Amino acid sequence: MALTYAPVRTRAQRPAISARKKKRSFLPPRWLSPIVLILLWQLASSTGVLHEDTLASPVKVAGVGWELLLNGELIEALAVSGQRVAIGFLIGAVVAIVLGVITGLSRVGDAVLDSPLQMLRTLPFLGLSPLFIVWFGIDELPKVILVALGTLFPLYLGTYAGIRNTDAKLIEATRVLGFTRTEQILHVVLPGALQQTLVGLRQALGMAWLALIIGEQVNANAGLGFMINNAREFLRTDVIVVGLIVYAVLGLGSDVLVRFIERRALQWQPVLTRTSRSS
Amino acid sequence: MATGVDQDLAVQLTGLTKRFGERTVLDGLDLRIAPGEFVALLGRSGSGKSTLLRVLSGLDDEVDGDVHVSGPVAMAFQEPRLLPWRRVLRNVSLGLHRADAEQVARKALSEVGLATHEKAWPLTLSGGEAQRVSLARALVREPRLLLLDEPFGALDALTRLTMHRLVDELWQLHGPAVLLVTHDIDEALLLADRVLVLDSGRIVGEHRPPVGRPRRPAELTYLRSRILHNLGVTA
Repeated sequence: MALTYAPVRTRAQRPAISARKKKRSFLPPRWLSPIVLILLWQLASSTGVLHEDTLASPVKVAGVGWELLLNGELIEALAVSGQRVAIGFLIGAVVAIVLGVITGLSRVGDAVLDSPLQMLRTLPFLGLSPLFIVWFGIDELPKVILVALGTLFPLYLGTYAGIRNTDAKLIEATRVLGFTRTEQILHVVLPGALQQTLVGLRQALGMAWLALIIGEQVNANAGLGFMINNAREFLRTDVIVVGLIVYAVLGLGSDVLVRFIERRALQWQPVLTRTSRSS
Repeated sequence: MATGVDQDLAVQLTGLTKRFGERTVLDGLDLRIAPGEFVALLGRSGSGKSTLLRVLSGLDDEVDGDVHVSGPVAMAFQEPRLLPWRRVLRNVSLGLHRADAEQVARKALSEVGLATHEKAWPLTLSGGEAQRVSLARALVREPRLLLLDEPFGALDALTRLTMHRLVDELWQLHGPAVLLVTHDIDEALLLADRVLVLDSGRIVGEHRPPVGRPRRPAELTYLRSRILHNLGVTA
């Protein structure tokens, strides 16, 4: 087989490769430094340098987290917060994609809708929270709407830009080849816009979590934000840290989900094709 | 006769003029292409070749003069312009409005030697393979007029030779009229029944290579130097 020749052929390049390999073997694994940091944190807590009222120790946080998980408090808070994000995100996403497709595909839609949307986009939407309380009270509605708004703009911009950046050469080619307008939209415009839409989706999810956290700081009587606020009153830094970790895990989880969708939806791209084949 | 339209012709252009503002790109151009005829069009950059193709393909209809093209028309571009997010087979079959679209697409792919690649993504193909898919996509539309816009320009010399033979075979098999736009005089002389030279929006030269195929480069030397002269290149 051709492999027999391999050692002879690679010998010339060998020094460079092995040098690099050697260097790499001295590199510490990426998970090592976070672990060391957590150990240092624990050490500071155990020796009393870090007081519990300032920040609870990792062991304490883990214990409380486990406890909250077992007694159902955490699950209940998660369910409430998760519902807020899910509903808000769904509303925001549907509106964003519908608006993005309309402004992307139609000149009239672009002229009428894009400028007000661009204007609204410049408002710091998290700052709208007080206004929402005036308008919608302190129940679920202002929280859901805040999440929806956080989702709306990044996803709208991604969809719009993706459609606007359609390759004119592909449109021309498909016109000569006899595609109908519907076929062009279905097979050229929308698939071409997908990549940028997914970038927007990722940003939108990040914003949705952020909006949830801000929304829940105000007058919540259930959910993760309530759990954290409640803990603050009793100086329970352990519970606060548990809440923060849960937020982080949720954000990370949604990011993993979008990456998975990206990998599936963009499998036509050579790099992704290669990775999905080898894995 | 000059103004009459011969329905049998694949292309009949009379006094075709195209202006972009002050600039006249096509200047009263006359062109007739018989059914099944293989015509090559040579010209320097800016001579109006691309504009002419856009008119013939129906992409540009804001022109003066009479344009009669009997369809269907299909085209292969310099860059293959495949849809990267659709697999090879779908690239060939999409836009074909017939029930057996997939079957004829499969047949076209096997004609260009890519039957085994129907599930491949376009971006994983080599330049030559992508160009063959593009050819299959054009041929599957059973065109009466096939427009080829420098389809081999970006390919390496060896792949180009293979593609020449393939185009020749497919043309003889399907018999569309072909208008091949190219920079390559040898390519034009090897493939075409008639070689036209375009300059400043007019056809300034018409040459007929010997009828027999395949052609031997030796018998084309004289014609080659005449066309070069026609293009304004003096050795």
